[in-house]
Amino acid sequence: MGSTHIIDRRLNGKNKSAVNRERFLRRYRHHIKKAVAEAVKKRSITDVEHGESVSIPNRDIQEPIFHHGQGGRQEVVHPGNQEFLAGDTLPKPPDGGGQGQGNGQASQDGEGMDDFAFQITQEEFLNFLFDDLALPNLVRKRLKDTESFKYVRSGFSTQGVPAKLDVIRSLRGAHARRLGLSGARRHKIRELEEQLAALRIAPDDLDAAFSHADQIQVLEEEIARLKTNVKHIPFIDEIDLRYRQHLKQPQPATSAVMFCLMDVSGSMTQTHKDIAKRFFILLYLFLQKNYKKIDVVFIRHHTSAKEVNEEEFFYSRETGGTIVSSALNLMQKIIDSRYSPAEWNIYAAQASDGDNWNDDSPVCSKLLTERLLPLVQYYAYIEITPQNHQMLWYEYEKILARFPHAFAMQQIADASDIYPVFRRLFERKAA
Amino acid sequence: MNEHDDRTPRVDSPPEPSKAVKAREPISTGSEWTFDLIQRYDEEIAKCAAELGLDTYPNQVEVISAEQMMDAYSSVGMPVGYNHWSFGKQFLNTSKGYQRGQMGLAYEIVINSDPCIAYLMEENTLPMQALVIAHACYGHNSFFKGNYLFRTWTDASAIIDYLVFARHYIAECEERHGVDAVEEVLDSCHALMNYGVDRYKRPSPISAGEEKLRQTEREEYQQRRINDLWRTIPLPTDDSDPESKKKRFPEEPQENILYFIEKNAPLLETWQREIIRIVRKLGQYFYPQRQTQVMNEGWATFWHYTLIHALYDKGLVTDGFMLELLASHTAVVYQPPFNSRYYSGINPYTLGFAIFTDLRRLCEQPTDEDHEWFPDIAGSDWRETLHFAMKNFKDESFIQQFLSPKVMRDLKLFAIENDDKEDAYLVTAIHDETGYRTLREKLARQYNLSSREPDIQVWNVDLRGDRSLTLRHIVNERRPLADDSEEVLRHIHRLWGFDVHLQSVSDGKVVTKYQCPSAAPKT
Repeated sequence: MGSTHIIDRRLNGKNKSAVNRERFLRRYRHHIKKAVAEAVKKRSITDVEHGESVSIPNRDIQEPIFHHGQGGRQEVVHPGNQEFLAGDTLPKPPDGGGQGQGNGQASQDGEGMDDFAFQITQEEFLNFLFDDLALPNLVRKRLKDTESFKYVRSGFSTQGVPAKLDVIRSLRGAHARRLGLSGARRHKIRELEEQLAALRIAPDDLDAAFSHADQIQVLEEEIARLKTNVKHIPFIDEIDLRYRQHLKQPQPATSAVMFCLMDVSGSMTQTHKDIAKRFFILLYLFLQKNYKKIDVVFIRHHTSAKEVNEEEFFYSRETGGTIVSSALNLMQKIIDSRYSPAEWNIYAAQASDGDNWNDDSPVCSKLLTERLLPLVQYYAYIEITPQNHQMLWYEYEKILARFPHAFAMQQIADASDIYPVFRRLFERKAA
Repeated sequence: MNEHDDRTPRVDSPPEPSKAVKAREPISTGSEWTFDLIQRYDEEIAKCAAELGLDTYPNQVEVISAEQMMDAYSSVGMPVGYNHWSFGKQFLNTSKGYQRGQMGLAYEIVINSDPCIAYLMEENTLPMQALVIAHACYGHNSFFKGNYLFRTWTDASAIIDYLVFARHYIAECEERHGVDAVEEVLDSCHALMNYGVDRYKRPSPISAGEEKLRQTEREEYQQRRINDLWRTIPLPTDDSDPESKKKRFPEEPQENILYFIEKNAPLLETWQREIIRIVRKLGQYFYPQRQTQVMNEGWATFWHYTLIHALYDKGLVTDGFMLELLASHTAVVYQPPFNSRYYSGINPYTLGFAIFTDLRRLCEQPTDEDHEWFPDIAGSDWRETLHFAMKNFKDESFIQQFLSPKVMRDLKLFAIENDDKEDAYLVTAIHDETGYRTLREKLARQYNLSSREPDIQVWNVDLRGDRSLTLRHIVNERRPLADDSEEVLRHIHRLWGFDVHLQSVSDGKVVTKYQCPSAAPKT
């Protein structure tokens, strides 16, 4: 026959269903969002970094068609008879379920059906999680008025500073120019030299008027003249010079640093810290979605502040009083030494139970308004306490009034408040 | 109940003892496949198939990865499909099942097209690839080419082009009218896909080129036609004239609901009508497959079994090769008994394979019983008889015609009646002398689409009044419609644009009424 074609299609695209899958997610986005919100509330926060299993009640995604329901008279032929004879009767089970019928049939009538469960990827999970969130003032760092640049090569130019001179290219140009300018003359020289050589070999003519010596002299003079001429072509000229050219290309700021500030004084219990931790992690994930590179700096403080690693930040116990300004001071120092605001988007999140030495609160306020807030993109403060506010809160309220776009604060009572608070802190602010 | 008993494979004996001298070297001994080896097997299988008289379309074998197989799966086997969320749902389901190892993927998918496209999964072993080639490229392929339903209702040479046309058209509509608007129409059409089929008259074959050409023409013409139908302001009719009162539109009930809506719905835009048409055409394309599942799978299974044995008899394959394939074949045709936890109805592969195999047996070694039951074919040429059966029947008539007492005995078939008026189930027939005929009749009826699906037709449109559409369901054996019928009505309402009524009619009397939008709640 030989009419069979065998084709290797394995390298063809395999994500043919991606669009349909996306359509499905789109159609059931409300279900999925709900599931994601639930998941964020419930599962341990260290799990946030992967996908989620979402289940949707089967009846919501059923595609209805006309078919028969239960009832009436039905006759079905089955295989595997063992002891039945025609005319035998079998009592029906009380619940009316089909005798000897498999699960396949039971699922037809809409009862006892499993939910439709499927996996969404981490990326999709986060997308749903961060749906319609955007950082305030992010616009400011948008491409067109970004403050950092990258130089990219863009060919060569005839003008430039000596430091950018491309020696090889310049000399190559000079060489070419020299060859080009001297070509005709060197050709001439070669011709004359040949004549000269011929003259020298040929026997001398007897006629003095045609004396070889004269002709040789003329030729020699001409050759010498041409050679000097050629020599006078400059070895390198200004027009040979080539400079490497670079263009200043605006570079979107793709790195962010996140400062986590937390009060670890005796009044902060582990529950408080867990709440704070979720808050920080949600912020971290959010930044992760918006920036390529993120540094995280953990600063904990009681009466004095210290930069620590994550483990120590969340789990070591300290006691003592509280001076918030110590942490703010340290943050300022770290920014100065390591995170220039021109290159880094700076975010800060502070968690505390609201305790502070009363005479320190105005200092904090001053530090924030004068030094830190001009440097950071966003500063978020959560106060984890069900009780009445203290001095710090009222000082911060004044800041909020002055910097409504770069500063946010919120009170949190327990773990279930985190997600709504998180959303409110970072809700898209109408421009 | 012993689970192990359930899983005990039935032992299949080869069709005839292999007497041929195995003179030749086997094609391969390992299990890794290469394109050359696939080619070799295909050539040998093609030779065997030609010797046994199989007539096929040219084959196009495409080797694909598991991911691609999942893609193919979720577009219901269409190589090119338009986009719809339901295919995404299918895909999620498939990939979930596959990743958890709950289900294996099909070894192959084969498309009724010319050339006949078959997908082979790269994960298959070499013997499996050979089996799949025999099954799909020669079994299914010859069925598509030979069976009268496929010959009548589908045009294998045009389907791929048509699918491409449909995909482009729907993408274009999405661009112009928005994804949501298109999705709504598609949802509604899918709900009625099984009711978008002409059962008795041959539709014009679908061809992409013609479709495109005619489409603009149709758009203009259709709109004009519909305007004509609805323009007439009802003339004051003489109420005493019983003729005009009785006259319904359509005059005869229409079974193709989608067609009726496409042509007559008052408010649809032309692109919406076009989408209905596309779904209708696809429904029509799949219609033969829905009616020949047992035959089609039985035929393909019979032939992979027969062809592979032919290879074996020629000495082209090793014993190890055969053992692997027989294990796989046995799993495919395994029929759990009704009281097994794995039971979910009759396995079409088992039933079809059993009937075709027995048909061959009763041609070659007829017994007295066969002579009595099949006087015309017992002892006849088996190839001719099998081809005759493959070409001229659908599941229902095939079973009615060829299910032999021996197969009923082998499968131990019995019929159970479940009447909601009775307190007990009744065993109405078993595999014995008195039961064979009724059993066969009942099993055949089980495969009759029109008794499997509720009989619902367009009954009337109130042209003079509220433009409501009335559908009639002819009740069969007092079986009611399922609960989600109201959902389907909502879809019809979306397409029709005015009130939709559905009446279940039994013995000329309306027994149940559905309506959409549902009657205003009483205040």
